[in-house]
Amino acid sequence: MSGKSVKKKINVLEHELVPKHEALKPEEVVELLKNLGIRPEQLPWIRVSDPVSRELGVKPGDIVRIVRKSPTAGESVAYRFVVSG
Amino acid sequence: MGISESELLEMLEPAKQVLPPKIFDELLEKLKGLTLTKDELSKIVELTINEYLNVLVEPGEPIGTVAAQSVGEPGTQMTLRTFHYAGVRELNVTLGLPRLIELVDARKLPETPIMVIYLDEEHRYDRDKALEVARRIEATRLENVIAKVDIDLVSSSMVIDLDPEMMIDKGVETDDVVKALSKVKAVSQNVSVDENDSNRIYVQVPPNYDFMKIQKLRDRILKIKLKGIKGINRVIVQRRGNEYVLITDGTNLEAVLKVDGVDVRRVFTNSVYEVENVLGIEAARQALVNEIHNVLEEQGLDVDMRHVMLIADMMTLTGSVKQIGRHGIAGEKTSVLARASFEVTVKHLFDASARGELDELKGVAENVIIGQLVPVGTNLVNLAMNPTLARPK
Repeated sequence: MSGKSVKKKINVLEHELVPKHEALKPEEVVELLKNLGIRPEQLPWIRVSDPVSRELGVKPGDIVRIVRKSPTAGESVAYRFVVSG
Repeated sequence: MGISESELLEMLEPAKQVLPPKIFDELLEKLKGLTLTKDELSKIVELTINEYLNVLVEPGEPIGTVAAQSVGEPGTQMTLRTFHYAGVRELNVTLGLPRLIELVDARKLPETPIMVIYLDEEHRYDRDKALEVARRIEATRLENVIAKVDIDLVSSSMVIDLDPEMMIDKGVETDDVVKALSKVKAVSQNVSVDENDSNRIYVQVPPNYDFMKIQKLRDRILKIKLKGIKGINRVIVQRRGNEYVLITDGTNLEAVLKVDGVDVRRVFTNSVYEVENVLGIEAARQALVNEIHNVLEEQGLDVDMRHVMLIADMMTLTGSVKQIGRHGIAGEKTSVLARASFEVTVKHLFDASARGELDELKGVAENVIIGQLVPVGTNLVNLAMNPTLARPK
């Protein structure tokens, strides 16, 4: 009777507003932090409870690489540090 | 042609390492049409890289202050209260300054919540199929499909007359109404349809109800949701290019994404809060950029995207959308003086003195207050002398 009778599995990563996310490997983390010369918590944060974090299955302490589509650069890479909450 | 394409790509390799993809593609495109020697080409590549590195933001540049002024000044020229008919005559959308304030304040619900829903391949090109999806989404309440409701005090019952035209328009059957009514506890067992007229429904009210209580029950029954999604008050089908899209009054991103017939990749809402909850912080950042940029653009203000992106970056820094204001970014500055110079001065000074806070004088605002040079640009650098190294010969 209601329109949502058929349960659809929604993958948030497919949505146009969501840029490409990927978890960094440990060795990539070391290299990134060395290049930037910062501590991981100085990066922008993303919560573990974030829909994308849950989809990726990352844990607090991980770093996520985000490849955004940018109107000025075409493509720009950003990083977020996974925090609890 | 002096240089083949593969050679060209090879020679552009150092540029590819440095330049952002968009600028690199532009360079490649322009070079393709030219006849150049290798020397000229390598010179061009070198110059392009140098030029790019020259225009990068330098360390110590007060980008936040520049962004604030670049949005603030045009903001003074914005119309104070504008309503715009986002392409649809029936729907009003808040734009202009009120909308901008709403965005930077990170309000949970916009003044005029709206969704733009694109449809999947099957429903996209046909108006009737689009309407079918629209009916699934639009919340239909009993009050939308009735002609009248009478209360019969003698037999203590309600007579509900349905409006057949509205029933067809909203795609509701009498059975749907009966089903919805039987979910109401007070009357669950006492709903019946007239034998001769399928559009008339009798509802027996419990005998201990007085007139006031029946009135209240009637009001409650009228609000029962028959079908559709909570929060979506109206759906309008609109043609955009060669496809039909749905524009809604009211928003509920999570539920709409699950409806059959919508294009999951292209369901948009103007509620940044909902985007954050359903699609995550990065999507919220993108939504903020789009929304702020749209507001400015619509008012004919040419603000560089980079300022807008910085604002969105700051608002989403901690993993959840925070307002720019005393409950958000401005309220979390480390410096007491910077916070006090913004809003509720006395409270901040009072709290800081009670806690014995220390101001390191590292920011802009606090140094302006005490009349020192602002640590920005070349003044960001501190000089220190090591006396043991500066020994005289």
